[in-house]
Amino acid sequence: MKRKVLIYKGFERFWHWTQAFLVIFLAFTGFEIHGVYSFLGYREAVRWHNIAAYMFLGLTAFAIFWHLTTGEWRQYLPTLRNLKAYLEFYLFGIFRNAPHPTKKTLLSKLNPLQRLTYLGLKVAIFPVSVVSGLLYMFYRYPTRHGIDWINIGSLEIVAVVHTAAAFLLVTFLILHLYLITTGRTIFSNLHAMITGYEEIEEEDEQETHAGSNPQKEVLDA
Amino acid sequence: MRNTAIVLLVLGIGTAVALKLLESGEIEKSELTLLREKFSRRVPRKKADHTKFQLLQRNFTNPREVTAACESCHNLTAQEIMKSNHYNWERQEYIKGRGIVYFGKKNAVNNYCIATTANEKACAKCHVGLGLDEHGKLKTDPENIDCMVCHDTTGTYMKAPAKGGEPVMTLDFTNIAENVGLPTRNNCGVCHFYGGGGNNVKHGDLEMAMFYPTRDVDVHMAVDGIDMQCTDCHRTREHNISGKLYTLSSMNRDRVFCSDCHTDTPHEDNILNEHGLKVACQTCHIPTYAKVNATVTYWDWSTAGRLKDGKPYSEEDADGNHVYLSKKGSFVWGKNLRPDYVWFNGTASHYLPGDRIDDPSKPVVLNPLYGSYEDEFSKIIPVKIHRAKQVYDPVNKIIAMPKLFGEATGSGAFWVDFDWQKAVELGMKEANLPFSGHIDFIETVSYWPINHMVSPKEMAVKCEECHTRQGSRLAEIRDFYMPGRDYSKPVEYAGVGLILFALLGVTLHGGLRLYFAFKRNRRRG
Repeated sequence: MKRKVLIYKGFERFWHWTQAFLVIFLAFTGFEIHGVYSFLGYREAVRWHNIAAYMFLGLTAFAIFWHLTTGEWRQYLPTLRNLKAYLEFYLFGIFRNAPHPTKKTLLSKLNPLQRLTYLGLKVAIFPVSVVSGLLYMFYRYPTRHGIDWINIGSLEIVAVVHTAAAFLLVTFLILHLYLITTGRTIFSNLHAMITGYEEIEEEDEQETHAGSNPQKEVLDA
Repeated sequence: MRNTAIVLLVLGIGTAVALKLLESGEIEKSELTLLREKFSRRVPRKKADHTKFQLLQRNFTNPREVTAACESCHNLTAQEIMKSNHYNWERQEYIKGRGIVYFGKKNAVNNYCIATTANEKACAKCHVGLGLDEHGKLKTDPENIDCMVCHDTTGTYMKAPAKGGEPVMTLDFTNIAENVGLPTRNNCGVCHFYGGGGNNVKHGDLEMAMFYPTRDVDVHMAVDGIDMQCTDCHRTREHNISGKLYTLSSMNRDRVFCSDCHTDTPHEDNILNEHGLKVACQTCHIPTYAKVNATVTYWDWSTAGRLKDGKPYSEEDADGNHVYLSKKGSFVWGKNLRPDYVWFNGTASHYLPGDRIDDPSKPVVLNPLYGSYEDEFSKIIPVKIHRAKQVYDPVNKIIAMPKLFGEATGSGAFWVDFDWQKAVELGMKEANLPFSGHIDFIETVSYWPINHMVSPKEMAVKCEECHTRQGSRLAEIRDFYMPGRDYSKPVEYAGVGLILFALLGVTLHGGLRLYFAFKRNRRRG
């Protein structure tokens, strides 16, 4: 039986798209600051990059709160189960139109590859970006206020780490944009992230009903 | 009832506030007016009207009589002058690694007219004295002080050329004496705008256009702006004038800073204020120098001495600048120049007369400016770099101090006899330095910090003029990481490689998916 299921809740979609916009905007202004091209002009690029950075921090604070309070953070717990199956699917099965190795459920909407990647973003790349970005902005403050022992003598290490994280983010973005076309249909994943709903094939009632409030979230297709 | 009261109260307060605003709007003077009142000399500051002094109501025929008259009232001032570098042409300086030296125009070697030694009679036209002693050296006794050159407000006082500092004797000294006042741009400019033997030859940022500059040329001294005078910034105590140039100075003292008026945080944008930790104000606010007339950037003495029909000659460029003079050699001029930039912590060293040159194949830096990114007291400053080829003794490896000025042919001076050998011999003798009898030419460099010709803020250097990979103004300063200009090569290559790899990967993967889907469809269809 196919059912339309609310797989991405309102906040989740708001968070995803705002974050997507901010990441793209930060990358765009960031690489201008990096000297790759000239579009807004250096000063405006810096100004907007900093504004977007604060917005990103604000959004992240809300996202962390949401993940903790809803327990959704468990979605990102890494697992090796089915990892091999998914690697095989993306390397071979997908060309034969083979089905995805597992079914998407509300309890587990991410496949093991997604879990690993998104966890990497959340615990490594974003924190590195944020911390190096804050140091980039404020590295001179300690010295200016006479606290010399945490003085960072040069921007170089901070800037290089920040740039490296940016390259990884852009790489992620490219892969992510491609991989969302590998859902049930080419646009089903995109559609789900816009409307929140995705058609899920159900075999076992129990699985879907394990959601926090099944009455609201599950609609008949 | 209560409502009415509240409405009335609000209305009352509103009216009061509105009135207050209107009132302050009327009374409030523009920022420029306030600045003008604070700093401009147009506000009379005279403490005494010298035309009323009987002592000065007489017929002065000699500048020394004027000096005596000044000193009869200002009877302690001579002591201040006699301690000043304007009178002594030297200062006590501490140079790192060399200790305390007495250094100034008296004994310096530069790469313009080289040295005053043996040439005092010509050079002392810009000395605040009235003449030389019997040996042709600076006279530094109280009777010889030239008060008028700095304090004349009539604009008529003039020194005679090549008379050791003497004025033109036909001047109306009485009128000048009765009209003395604080120095203006005119007094300072007659010497400081013409250093090196002509307008703007030396500094690049001090030239005759600064007598009456427009705002575009110098926002502070602009006659259509707040019209500041030199001494508004170069505050003076006991005739010790603050602010000096590191072509003759070595120590971090008596400096003039923009922040003296503008504070350390003059910008609304904190990122710009942060720049002030490492970047001097001048670096962004003087985008170009030599804005009106050209300045000399290269002086080649080695071509000097060519004669046409046995006579010296000159060649000019289209703007009338000398590009060749038999007396002086060849010149390269530049106008509207973008400064060079160096780190500077307020200390400098100097080539001192007789210093041995270690490696004559490399240009000799006559005044190395100290500083680096690592040094917390250093800032990036704009400089004019003046290069030259000048005469030196290749055996003793000493820069030569030739006798250039002489009154008659046969005196051995280069400007009359055009013989380097003889000129250097005479000059070195006067400088008490050895001379091997051989001469050659050596490349030299001097650094001239640019502090004047501050542009209006709209014309300040834009961020991307430095923060760019191509043609950054700071392209030469490589000891620190600057966003927009610098990047780590490994990270850059790895990052771009990763992105390309990802693009290639998704293209291949996507292509294969399309291909197999197409094949499946065909089989089915």
